[in-house]
Amino acid sequence: MIRFDNVSKSYPKQNRPALRDVSLEVEKGEFVFLVGSSGSGKSTFLRLLLREERASQGQVHVLGKDLARLSNWKVPHMRRQLGTVFQDFRLLPNKTVAQNVAFAQEVIGKPRGEIRKAVPQVLDLVGLGGKEDRMPGELSGGEQQRVAIARAFVNRPMLLIADEPTGNLDPQTSVGIMKLLDRINRTGTTVVMATHDQNIVDQMRKRVIELEKGRLVRDQARGVYGYQH
Amino acid sequence: MRAQFVLSEIGVGLRRNLTMTFAVIVSVALSLALFGGALLMREQVSTMKDYWYDKVNVSIYLCNKADAATAGKCPKGAVTGQQKEQIQADLEKMDIVETVHYETSDEAYKHYKEQYGDTALASVVTPDQMPSSFRVKLKDPEKYQVVATAFAGRDGVESVQDQRNILQNLFDLMNGMNIAALGVMGLMLVIALMLIVNTVRVSAFSRRRETGIMRLVGASSFYIQMPFIMEAAFAGLLGGGVACVLLLVGRYFLIDHGIALADKVQLIQFIGWDAVFAKLPLVIAIGLLMPALAALVALRKYLKV
Repeated sequence: MIRFDNVSKSYPKQNRPALRDVSLEVEKGEFVFLVGSSGSGKSTFLRLLLREERASQGQVHVLGKDLARLSNWKVPHMRRQLGTVFQDFRLLPNKTVAQNVAFAQEVIGKPRGEIRKAVPQVLDLVGLGGKEDRMPGELSGGEQQRVAIARAFVNRPMLLIADEPTGNLDPQTSVGIMKLLDRINRTGTTVVMATHDQNIVDQMRKRVIELEKGRLVRDQARGVYGYQH
Repeated sequence: MRAQFVLSEIGVGLRRNLTMTFAVIVSVALSLALFGGALLMREQVSTMKDYWYDKVNVSIYLCNKADAATAGKCPKGAVTGQQKEQIQADLEKMDIVETVHYETSDEAYKHYKEQYGDTALASVVTPDQMPSSFRVKLKDPEKYQVVATAFAGRDGVESVQDQRNILQNLFDLMNGMNIAALGVMGLMLVIALMLIVNTVRVSAFSRRRETGIMRLVGASSFYIQMPFIMEAAFAGLLGGGVACVLLLVGRYFLIDHGIALADKVQLIQFIGWDAVFAKLPLVIAIGLLMPALAALVALRKYLKV
């Protein structure tokens, strides 16, 4: 599903590389936490997965494709097999819940009939059945994140990438979101989640990958958040 | 479905940015109207050239008795019958000459009288004072110089005159106006393009949430850029339409009505409606494509895809 071979990434005008010689593999269906303090390279790691950036050295394989050799015009097709969720939800404030989810299908040219069927289905899955016509501003943070997850999942991606999805939520709401992500994981979707949330990582007991100053310092099956972080 | 989605996005984009869209339409309209006007002016000059060059001759004026007495141009005296015949024979031998017409002093006097009538000047002129001349029509009016070098300074020839010189000033003036129009057009075009680039930038900024999400869910770059390009093309199309109307109204008022040049200047043959209509598709096409292209270039800079 994901393979990093000796991947380094440095940005221009920065002496220290954001990632240094990272090698790892994530199998299909895994649930992986990506932990590390700010500036440890988590965001860069996720950006490489989405091919927002290209590796400076080494190879990144996602869904069996070498991203360095993927031509620009093929990138959109690759991204259709990925779902992304962010800390700040990134919903369109002037569209309803259902329209926000449908947007992800409209812009890749899905037929209307398919959209009409898929949107209520996925909204039921994330527990927002009956709130189709609400505006994002009328929803709680947790509900907004569920809309974002529905949008990320409506195209049935192989891989779900979540960048601190619980960062803006209280602990109780976070637990609900984690249960949802776990359920999505059980449908066979691989989940990679960057997080600072110690409780969640400790509770879930999933694989933990820790980055520190761009280096991979820990890769632990059924791990915990860490000691001094 | 796709088309409907794209259309609604364009509508939203144009309304959000109404003043800028209006500015784009006006500047595109003005630059294209000037462009079309310059094209028509050029066509006008060329029809006038065709019309007039057909009528004008190279004139070889022969020395008469009066010239011999006064000016230094005819030191050998008035033209003799033999010289006259020789000139005519030489002219007819030249390949570039189409016809040669001999105008006697009496005929010249008659034409002069017709032109100036009973003015004081006309009454003192006598047939003797009018030079006889050969009116030479050339196959290619541009070859005037060949005739001039062959006959100027020859015994019995007073001067060789190309009547085109008189028209040339007029054509130069019209060409000058043409260049000025093209210059203003260029300026307006630059303004139009800068406005389009700016419109696209503002539009890309205000839609950055949408485009960001589109990128993440894997919309093709074509799909993401489409609404921006269509917005610019639509505004450009409206501008092109306005330019067409300006051209038609312009011809109507300048030539047929209003200023009505056709009535006032009857010597000139003006371009017809067909010439104006022939330019409209080009104006529309440029109005459509140029802003779209400008938008595409602007998107490369302001929209990450």
